[in-house]
This record gives sequence, structure tokens and C-alpha cells, in this order.
Amino acid sequence: MITKISAKRKAKEKLLKALVFAAAGITGMIFIGIIVYILFRGLPHVTFGLLTSKPSLLNDTVGILPNILNTLYIIFITLLIVLPLGVGAAVYLNEYAKNKRAVRLIELAAETLAGIPSIIYGLVGMLIFVQFCSLGTSIVAGSLTLVIMTLPTIIRTTQESLKTVPDGYREGALALGAGKWHMIRTTVLPSAVDGIVTGCILSVGRIVGESAALMFTAGMANEVLGFFKAFTAGNAGSTLAVSLYVYAKERGDTETAFAIAAILLVLTLLINIGANFAAKKLGKGKERKWT
Amino acid sequence: MQAIDVSAPKSNVRKGGLKKAADLLEAVMRTLFTVCGFIAVGFVVIITVFLIISGVPAIREIGLADFLFGTKWASTAAEPSFGILPFILTSVYGTFGAILVGVPVGILCAVFAAKYANGKTAALTRGLVGLMSGIPSVVYGLIGMIIVVPAVREIFGLPDGANLFSAMLVLSIMILPSVISVSETALRAVPKEYEEASLALGATKTETVFKVTLPAAKSGILAAAVLGIGRAVGEAMAVMMVAGNVPNMPGIFQSVRFLTTAVASEMSYSSGLQRQALFSIAMVLFAFIMLINLTLNFIVKRGDNKK
Repeated sequence: MITKISAKRKAKEKLLKALVFAAAGITGMIFIGIIVYILFRGLPHVTFGLLTSKPSLLNDTVGILPNILNTLYIIFITLLIVLPLGVGAAVYLNEYAKNKRAVRLIELAAETLAGIPSIIYGLVGMLIFVQFCSLGTSIVAGSLTLVIMTLPTIIRTTQESLKTVPDGYREGALALGAGKWHMIRTTVLPSAVDGIVTGCILSVGRIVGESAALMFTAGMANEVLGFFKAFTAGNAGSTLAVSLYVYAKERGDTETAFAIAAILLVLTLLINIGANFAAKKLGKGKERKWT
Repeated sequence: MQAIDVSAPKSNVRKGGLKKAADLLEAVMRTLFTVCGFIAVGFVVIITVFLIISGVPAIREIGLADFLFGTKWASTAAEPSFGILPFILTSVYGTFGAILVGVPVGILCAVFAAKYANGKTAALTRGLVGLMSGIPSVVYGLIGMIIVVPAVREIFGLPDGANLFSAMLVLSIMILPSVISVSETALRAVPKEYEEASLALGATKTETVFKVTLPAAKSGILAAAVLGIGRAVGEAMAVMMVAGNVPNMPGIFQSVRFLTTAVASEMSYSSGLQRQALFSIAMVLFAFIMLINLTLNFIVKRGDNKK
């Protein structure tokens, strides 16, 4: 038996449904519109010359090679420092910590760090690393600032992955006479590699997109720096995102700005795909091994 | 015989030594991991301490009431005045405008993705939302500068389109991805039985979604809204590119400065009391964010306890 619903209910039902579809449709159109617009305006300006040269006032040309290199340096230095710290913290939380209060305190601190806006990181990074540690406006100071910023990401993804490592692994290792550290090194960490890799990829995403935290710590210089020079104090350099801001807002060069925007968009896409892939592929491997 | 006699105690000694070395390694690693564990706490403490140390002097000099409720910011004038009420109000209004549009639309999108879309569309939506939330804020700022600002100028016939309204539009688009993904997760976590019971009682699908699923996912959706507020309050670069950056008291078509952009726009050339006042602004912003984070924590925790 099918009872008919009243006209009023029917109208309301239709209205709400229309609202849902309209909101989704408009949002989808805006999102896709933004992506298409950036690629359409940016990609034609992504030329070989742009990617492989530095800006030159003499020849009146622009190039983003220094910015690409600086971005890579900052990713490298930041991950080099944040990985041991973040993975270590996750191991402590999951394997060592007995005190529930301590765990809660650390998790609260990590959540707090994740919620602090990047402009405050930029300011504090300037106060601590640029001035207090007298590193000057430099790639190193910028990287250290980003270490604090990306720490919560690494802790969270590693910890989530550690939680899914079956206790049987640990018991097996301990039963064979392994010490706790030996067990962690040979059994627990290799099984948590999916979370660590995902954390790395997400952190790279944050570093690539970061601008406010780097403006006052890593600076806005556009010189090509050698690999080892990038590690020393006082060598400033702007990443792609920072240089996008400079080109768009301070120089009014929208062509280059859109070219950088298109590059950043493609990088973001690759990073998202990579993170999904890492979480799925490496995570699956773990389950398969266990069953 | 002799060899065994000699070697037996020796090997014992070596074993003891090995055990000691192993114990030492264990202790060292335990200490190292503990230090790593508490480093996040250390960072929070350091950030707070540095902000307070550098933020308090200017407030002392200017006076707390004059600083927070002064309506005029003229940091480089001959007789400088440091009132940050325009920035506070702009941040509050801007955030309010952003969530007024972003949160309802975001929730409706989440409803679509979680309840109406089929598997493929839902996956596509998730991918798109993930991509949009990963796009750097400067890129949003660029889009705002090139599309939104001129459009606002044309539509409303203004001399300049860089104003609070444009900032609200850009911010509402920027918070959409996080609002959508958090509320979608919350909607998906609602037990199927609730919906089945509602459908069995004769409610239509849409009625079920709006009267059963949404209320059941209340705490998750509230968390999404608060997260959106946090993102909007903390956004600096995109806003800097579209809000006009003049320290006016906020009006919908006024060129304005947010708390975040007040810090960013003068930092590079500031000195003396002006510089210290910028740190004080950062401290106020930090206080806002901590308040929002605590609220978020409270909501999430309460939601967890209920389950």
C-alpha cells in the first residue's frame, strides 16, 4: 500500500532537494571553474625559459629557477629535521607512554600547533630563528619555522599508522628476545611506513603552499643558491608560493603569477594523488601480510 | 678442559657487558623518544612565551583599553595612534560573512556527497574537495585579485573592488573544502539504523536526511563550522590580496585590514613601538585562535563522549 504524501510535504521535499543539488552544483562549478581558469591562464606561460632561468633586470626577463630550487631546499631541510622528531614523538605516544595525562597533553599540544595560523608562525619564526638564534633571514630559518608547522602532521599520520600495527607483531618480536628498541626498529616502524610516507607527502604539500610563514623567515630573494650555501645562515630565498605573491601583488606581473599558480596547482594535484596512493598501497600491504 | 674453564667466566663477563650495553641502548632510546614526544609541548610553550614577551611591552605603553578599543590606527604618523578595534571588527565581520555563506553551502554539499551522490560522483567530489583544500592560499588570493575584485567593482559600481565584501567572498570559498570534508565525515558516521527507522516510519529520504541524519551529526557539523571560523580568522595572504589593506573601520564596501594582514603588511619596514605593536596584534590574534581551538576541542570531545 502506498499512501500519498500531502502537497505541502511534497513541495518542501522538492525544495530541500533542489537546494542540496543547487549548492553542490554551484560549488562544483566554482571549484572546476577556478581550476580550469588557472590552468588556462597559467600553462601557456610555463615555458622552458621560465623554468630554467633567474629573473634578470638587464634582459628584462623573468625566471623561477631560484624559486624552484629554494622550494626543494626548504622541503629537504624541513623533512630532514621534522621526520625524526615527528616519528619519534609518535613512537613515544604509541609505544612508550604509560601516563594517559601525558599522552593527552602531547596530543593537545599537537592539535594546538595544527591550529595556529601561518602568519603567527612567520612572526614567531622571525623572533626565534631569525633574531634570537641570529640565523638571519635565511632558508634555514624558514625551514626551522616549517618544522614546527609540519610536526603535527607527521605525528598524526605516523601515530594512526602505528595504531594499526597488530600487537601480534610486537609480541612475536619480544618473544624472540628482541629488546624494545630492537622490536620498534625491526618490526613496528617498517609496518608503519605507510603513515610516515603519507605524513611526508602531506607535509610537502603544506611546505609548497606556504607563504605567510616564509615571507619574514626565508625572505623574498631570487638568487640561485648552491646546495650547500642553502644550509648556511643568512642566505635568503623565496619559494614558489612566496614569489607568486611578490609577482602578483608587488610587481603586477600576472602572467608569471598565473604560471606559478598553474605549477602549484599541478603539484597539489600530484601530492593529493600521491598521498592517497601511499595510504592505500602501503596500507593494504600491511593487511595482506597479516591475514 | 683448561680452555673451557677460562672461557666460561669470560663469556659470562661478555654476556654481562652485552646486557649492560643493551640496557644502556634501551635507556638512551627511551629517553630520546620521550624527548621527541614532549617537543610539541615545548614548541607550544616557546611560541606562547615569545609572543607574550614581545607583545606585552607595546600594550603597556599604549594602554590596554586604548589598544583594544582605539578606533584609529596611524602607526607612522607624526603623532602615532595604535588602536586595533578596526582590525578586530574587520576580522570578526569578515569571518562572520565567510561562515554565513560557506557553512550552509558546505553542509548542503556534504549532504549531497554523503547521501545523494552515487559512488563515482562521491569519489569525484572527494577528490575535488581534497584538491581545493590543498591549493595554496596565495592562489586563492590571485584568483580573488583577478576575478572577484574587478567583478565586485563592476557589479556594485565602486571606484575600487578591493574591500571587505571581496574578502568575505574569497574566504567563504576558501573555507568550503574543510567544511565539506569534515561535515561529510560526520554525516557518514551516523548509524544506518537511525535512517532506516525514519524511512520505515514513512518519512521520505529528504525528510530523513534533514530531520534525522543532520541532527544526529550535529557535533561533527558544529566542529566543521568552528574549523571554518579558525581558517577564516587565520588567513592572511589571500585576504591581503583582496581586502584593500587600509586601516578603516569596517564597512561592507570599505577597504579594510584584518588582524592577520595588519601584522603582515607593516612587518617588513616597522621599527620601535610600531614593531612592538605588531607583536601585540599577533598576540591578540593568537588569543582568538586559542579560544577557537579550545571550543573545537570541547565540541569534538563532547561528541566522542556521547558515542
